[in-house]
Amino acid sequence: MSVLTLLLVATAAVGTSGLVALAPRRGDQWSHGALVLGCVAGALGALGVLANGPLEASIPGGPSVRVDAVGALFLLQTFLLSAVASAYGLTYWPSDRHPSGRRVRVAWGATTAGLAGVFCAGDGMTFIVAWEVMALAAFFALTAEDHDPGVREAGRLYLYCTRAGTLALIVLFTWMHLRSGSWALVAQEGAPWAILALALFGFGLKAGAVPLHLWLPGAHASAPSHVSALMSGVLIKAGIYGLIRVLGLYAGAPVAWGAVVLAMGAASSVLGVAFAIGQHDLKRLLAWHSVENIGIILLGLGLALAARSDGHDGLAAIALAGALLHTWNHGIFKSLLFLAAGAVIHGSGLRTIDRMGGLARRMPGPALMFLVGAAAICGLPPLNGFVSEFLVYSGLLRLLLVPAGASWLLAPLGVAALAMTGALALLCFAKVYGVAFSGEPRSAEAAAARDAPRPMTGAMAVLAGLCVLFGLAPVLAAPALDRAVAAWGLGAAPLVEELPLGALAAMATGLAVALLLAGLLLRARLKGHITAGVTWDCGYAAPTARMQYTASSFADTVVALMGWALAPKRSAEVGPAFYQPGADVHSHVRDLSHEAVARPAWRATSRLLGRMHAFQRGSLHAGILYILLALLLAFLL
Amino acid sequence: VNLALHLTALLALPPLLVGVIQRVKARVAGRRGPPMGQLAWDVARLLRKDVVLSRTTSWVFLAGPVVGLVVTLAAALLVPFGSSAAPVEFAGDLVLFAYLLALGRFFTVLAALDTGSAFQGMGAARDATWACLAEPALFLGLMAGVRFAGATTMAGVLRQAAVWEPGGAPMLLVALALLLVLLVENCRIPFDDPTTHLELTMVHEAMVLDHSGPPLALVLYGAAVKLFVYAAVFVRLVVPLTGSPVQDEAAFVAGILAVAIVIGLIESTTARVQLPRVPRLLISAALLSVFGLLLVAR
Repeated sequence: MSVLTLLLVATAAVGTSGLVALAPRRGDQWSHGALVLGCVAGALGALGVLANGPLEASIPGGPSVRVDAVGALFLLQTFLLSAVASAYGLTYWPSDRHPSGRRVRVAWGATTAGLAGVFCAGDGMTFIVAWEVMALAAFFALTAEDHDPGVREAGRLYLYCTRAGTLALIVLFTWMHLRSGSWALVAQEGAPWAILALALFGFGLKAGAVPLHLWLPGAHASAPSHVSALMSGVLIKAGIYGLIRVLGLYAGAPVAWGAVVLAMGAASSVLGVAFAIGQHDLKRLLAWHSVENIGIILLGLGLALAARSDGHDGLAAIALAGALLHTWNHGIFKSLLFLAAGAVIHGSGLRTIDRMGGLARRMPGPALMFLVGAAAICGLPPLNGFVSEFLVYSGLLRLLLVPAGASWLLAPLGVAALAMTGALALLCFAKVYGVAFSGEPRSAEAAAARDAPRPMTGAMAVLAGLCVLFGLAPVLAAPALDRAVAAWGLGAAPLVEELPLGALAAMATGLAVALLLAGLLLRARLKGHITAGVTWDCGYAAPTARMQYTASSFADTVVALMGWALAPKRSAEVGPAFYQPGADVHSHVRDLSHEAVARPAWRATSRLLGRMHAFQRGSLHAGILYILLALLLAFLL
Repeated sequence: VNLALHLTALLALPPLLVGVIQRVKARVAGRRGPPMGQLAWDVARLLRKDVVLSRTTSWVFLAGPVVGLVVTLAAALLVPFGSSAAPVEFAGDLVLFAYLLALGRFFTVLAALDTGSAFQGMGAARDATWACLAEPALFLGLMAGVRFAGATTMAGVLRQAAVWEPGGAPMLLVALALLLVLLVENCRIPFDDPTTHLELTMVHEAMVLDHSGPPLALVLYGAAVKLFVYAAVFVRLVVPLTGSPVQDEAAFVAGILAVAIVIGLIESTTARVQLPRVPRLLISAALLSVFGLLLVAR
């Protein structure tokens, strides 16, 4: 079977898998089976593209297909995560317990198929159509619990944003069509700033880059956890793919394009993680980390663009490889984290971090998975997050050594942002794991939490295994990344020659082995020499769960430090009395782009459009009159 | 031979460094002070003891000390000591250096939170918060070194004492910034007081309150190694090499002792900075690094 057939079959199978869910008996299982078959075929097809080179096909006058190594990487990610998260969904969101289960299945298949279409599209038209399928289908998946007003609002916001983004993309592709005379996505002349602005708006809105992230935290937090995993893992990456694809067509772009993208990335990464620290809801916190990681990806992409414009192809190749690898890695560990968060919700019904606690003893599997994901997302060795951040750092360090020109100044900006992001992310995940999984339960629900069913833990274990695998053996990703970099039009030496991947793998493996050995040694030494007691807590003999440090306190100093951006709100009710009858403090971090920009903008728009109601009289005569007037106007023109 | 020398230095010098600091502080205060080998003796004694574990804790609690020590030792492999080169060197390894130490911090903080104690939570929060400012300062300082030395490895940046090279004066600013990073990362005065256990201002000591026996030994030794590694980076930045191995080794050890004396004097003569002011001091360190970088690149 040819690669093209494989991909087409895969897309069709995945797309129809949702309809299978409507079968009267065992619909979920059949649907999942069809989806997995499609995903396996699609993954094989993507691997075929990576092995054999780009694939092009078209129906004259109709849609066309063009898949190169860049697209193949995204396809692989889509099919892998869609299949794994769907397997998780079998236990997490079965149709017989959730009335929205079938609807999620239908939307799931359509979203996956739409994503596959986006990554296969060979021309602007096909791209837009697939993009719309993906974006609209996702709406139905994420609003599964639409009896909740919060979910409805988040869904509406998502819908508005994705429509606005699509509008920008239609303008973008039409503009490209007007300039080049063809819808095909091929190299373009010139580099008008409007193209960059449209691309950043349309794709940035989907990716959730600051300041276009307003829909993202709410939507990810409102969707069922496996849908959040798919959205955060793959859907927002469609925006990154679009940016890589479209900006890649403009080889004559000035360095400033790269600088703009890089600055956007720096802002996204630092602000994304800063906002994450201020959240109380576990899933909303994870959603903000998507903003952060999109920022890291954009840092790499911006660096690649700037370096390409400067003529440093080798550097651009490293940076682009870093961005692509981080896209892939983020898909894995963020899905893993969302699935683990889903296990927490499934087992305890809790979403507020400060009400959890002690979950590691009650659900050791999900706790371990969450810890792996947390260490990976913080970019800690020896896991996969470190490798991709290392690539971006390597690009920045090389830029620093470029003797002439002013573009080296981007390097300290990028490095400072990355370093700060790394430390903040570490704080955030130390907080989450420490407060939610360690210590004593902070509520009755947490004390009664149940472990996740085995299929859910199994799905997570696959992703956790991939985190470890790509951390220990980054060389595995190198050939695919080389192909992708070449497909983007960079002539550069293979990554293995440019980067110390072997040394990195040796250090990572050595570290892992040393940690294991040291741990086993300590365990052997302590065996039989342990006395159990209570936490010492400076001599206090009866510590209670309420004495534990809370997540809010943990984050307080940083939230105050970043107060210029976060504008935290704090309401304290502490009276003047010496003996307090009861004190109450609430702290809350708002999203300014949502509350200060988007909401007023919509209010203004709806007021403006409200004036149109005057014409809407609801009477037949008025309607006929309008038709007549319109007709007259048409004749006159 | 090189690796053996490196490991010997790593084993022998950290306790000595801590011993010198304690001796200096004692002398300034008019006391005699503990013997130089006190830390080594403490560690040896703790390793033979049993351990008391809180019922609240999980495996993460014991992983903290293990990870803390192992990653610090791994990071030490990237730093050149006296005359010898670093055992491991590859392009961009300074990123690995910083992230290894971050991994250590991650697990130390998790181990602290694992006990469910308010004290440890507080210390953990402070440690993680200050790292958010110390990390950019460290990275920007290293960037100045990268631009100056034209190499992206730890060993390359520290190949020659940049401060004494022609045009290396701006690296003095970086050295100062790194000294501040050294103090905060190792929880010394003016950021933290390593001698207090029960005050609300302490950081590192609060995080390890619940450890006992062999894990506590790992914590103590790991902290000493971390201090030594930072001191080694600082020494290699400011103490010039002569080319003769014996002289260089002697100069290195003398430099480490000098750093110990400086830390001891700082701890004896200055007070802890008020807690809300710590971020300002750290931001100053980052700014020093930025100035150093701009002047180096000029």
